Amino acid sequence: MNDQLIAAAPAQSSPPALKPQSPEPIPLSVDSLLKRFGQVTAVDGISLTLNGGECLGLLGPNGAGKSTLIRCIVGRAIADAGRLSVFGFAAGTSEAREALGWVPQELALYPRLTCSENLGAFGRYHGLSGSKLAQSVAWCLEWAALQDRAGDLVKNLSGGMKRRLNMAAGIIHRPRVVLLDEPTVGVDPQSRNRIFEMIEALRAEGTAIIYTTHYMEEAERLCDRVAIIDHGRIVAQGTNRELIQNSFASRSQVLARFAGPADEIAAWVERHKGRLVDGVAEFTIEQSTQIASLLDDAAKAGLELVDVSLRRPNLESVFLHLTGRELRD
Amino acid sequence: MALRRDRPALAMSFVLPIAFFSIFAAIFGGQHNSTAKIKVILVDQDRSRASLELTKGLEREASLVIATRPPSKDKAAAPPDYTAATAEAAVKAGDAPVALIIPAGFGQNPISFGGNQNGPTIQLLSDASDMIAPQMVGGLLQKAAMTAMPAAMAEQGMKYTDQYIGGFTPEQRKEMDANLSYLRNLETKDSGNGAAPASSGSGSGGLVAVKVRSVVGENKNGNMISFYAAGIGVMFLLFTASNSAGALLEEAESGTLDRVLSSRVTMTTLLAGKLAFNTMLAFAQLVVMFLWAQAFFKLDLFTHIPGFVVMAFCTAFAVAAFGMLLASICHTRAQLGALSTLVILTMSAIGGSMFPRFFMPAAMQKAGLFTINAWAIDGFTKVFWRDLPVSELWPQVGVLLAVGIALFLIARRIARRWEYA
Repeated sequence: MNDQLIAAAPAQSSPPALKPQSPEPIPLSVDSLLKRFGQVTAVDGISLTLNGGECLGLLGPNGAGKSTLIRCIVGRAIADAGRLSVFGFAAGTSEAREALGWVPQELALYPRLTCSENLGAFGRYHGLSGSKLAQSVAWCLEWAALQDRAGDLVKNLSGGMKRRLNMAAGIIHRPRVVLLDEPTVGVDPQSRNRIFEMIEALRAEGTAIIYTTHYMEEAERLCDRVAIIDHGRIVAQGTNRELIQNSFASRSQVLARFAGPADEIAAWVERHKGRLVDGVAEFTIEQSTQIASLLDDAAKAGLELVDVSLRRPNLESVFLHLTGRELRD
Repeated sequence: MALRRDRPALAMSFVLPIAFFSIFAAIFGGQHNSTAKIKVILVDQDRSRASLELTKGLEREASLVIATRPPSKDKAAAPPDYTAATAEAAVKAGDAPVALIIPAGFGQNPISFGGNQNGPTIQLLSDASDMIAPQMVGGLLQKAAMTAMPAAMAEQGMKYTDQYIGGFTPEQRKEMDANLSYLRNLETKDSGNGAAPASSGSGSGGLVAVKVRSVVGENKNGNMISFYAAGIGVMFLLFTASNSAGALLEEAESGTLDRVLSSRVTMTTLLAGKLAFNTMLAFAQLVVMFLWAQAFFKLDLFTHIPGFVVMAFCTAFAVAAFGMLLASICHTRAQLGALSTLVILTMSAIGGSMFPRFFMPAAMQKAGLFTINAWAIDGFTKVFWRDLPVSELWPQVGVLLAVGIALFLIARRIARRWEYA
């Protein structure tokens, strides 16, 4: 274990509050966080910071440790080691809890209550009451475009509406840091776009956001920075451009499909340091002129080219490059 | 398939019928031959040879427990013997279902052949809520008179012969006196050896004049209405409370519990809030049930409001805490359903919700004291049946509140599993 790791403060046992160390404390700071479940290390020494108004994407496949990290931040899991602070306050303190808004991956709603009643209930859990609660409920309904469904029971809503309400319930107390744990799971493209608009509206207000996803496109669209997580570790973090640049520099990817015996195609791809994904051969090249020699070599090997394309690397390519695995393994 | 994978729920499905069969077999099967002993308060105002013999005869009855004085609270000083007044008060308070008062002058004319009621009559004070005890005590009193007072019977027979047939000759009288002495010596030896006469059937022939008087419940409109309102009410309260507390399991499964606990609400606050709500719910149920009993079964609710409110609150609190405990123990709704059915029906059977506890064997009656039902029913009976003031409810109030607090604290401890991963 890293020598710098220190025991994490228990989430709900009144840990000593850390005093803000600067006039403008960092919204969220995670330092060498470690969380084990038995023999399994779910979070393995993760460190990251979230700056004001920033949207940080946590990109990784299922089981990478994203949700566990989020649960540690909101105090629903106790880290075995490491340090967490929210605006300078230790995780688990009432100040930290009030500053955080958590949108869990599950639809954590009361199905037999209406949209308004759900928002009202979660608002009261955060200490809101009276006109302040009513205003927050109204704001959230508008933000989630659910004003006309305010009186509908949650169990009667569509999947996309439930997702939006799930998000609204997480920000009913208007937190300054919002943790979104795969908020678009299982929604149709139209609802997904609506959710993106909601997140962008939050960002416009200066809310700092952590957004976990295994959809590369979402991270590319919404996030200022991305931390790529695999096996509980951050394998790289930075802006999209930085990540691609660091992994690929000016290199591009060639995608080609061949007809012929499968074992011969596989052997040829391996000789040229490429890989086969769903029957498509992928190669990384430094310059576009390399494409011609690659295809010429394929013809000499007796492989019949079906089609070929050139692709600029993206976050998925970066993830594959860094971990050797697909994002959606 | 889901039930098969939920092994505790599956096991409970088989345990439940076996448990119930065993309880009913124990109560009604009589295989343990442990019929409850009846406590009888005895006041001997006569202190004659006949009354003492009758007392000894009653004390020899295996199915009776004769008390001539209240239980001692202070070992150093024994409490005074019961008087007619304190015996009646004790029956009213539910300390015993029956009191016997042997009046002064009983010994002069103990046996009343032919229903002669000229002499003093034994009073049997009864609690009308117990329909069995007065009948049994009345029968055993006659049996005791037959078996424990042969001298008195013979003497009385001679008196009648002397009175209605004509006098005995001196020789006859001498012979009979000798036989009476022999009988009295025999009684003394019997009581000295402690040998109880063998039970000999019903044996009741109305030899001893007895006047039965109900001192509790004689003016009640509905004999057992309050009993059943409390008994059935508590049983269903327990079901409702466990079902309501089961919302906790749904919240845990849906993730709302996680979300709630990530807010400023702690697990203690959450459970306390649920306890308060479930207490209010159970209280409201009791109010509705007793109002119904008032409206349709003439239960006298409005003259017992303070006692009802106290008992209803304490019962509701204990029941709500019980529901919280069951919910915290279980991991799924199916488990909760099976466990609550098993525990609640068992508690209700033993605790007197289904049939009065005085029907049960002594051991079962004692076991009933470990149930919320028994304490709640006892409390409501005190209020509605015995018309006792609120101050007399302290044992039931104390036990129910203590049980409620203890169950809640255990539930809180078990609920730690939901707090953190």
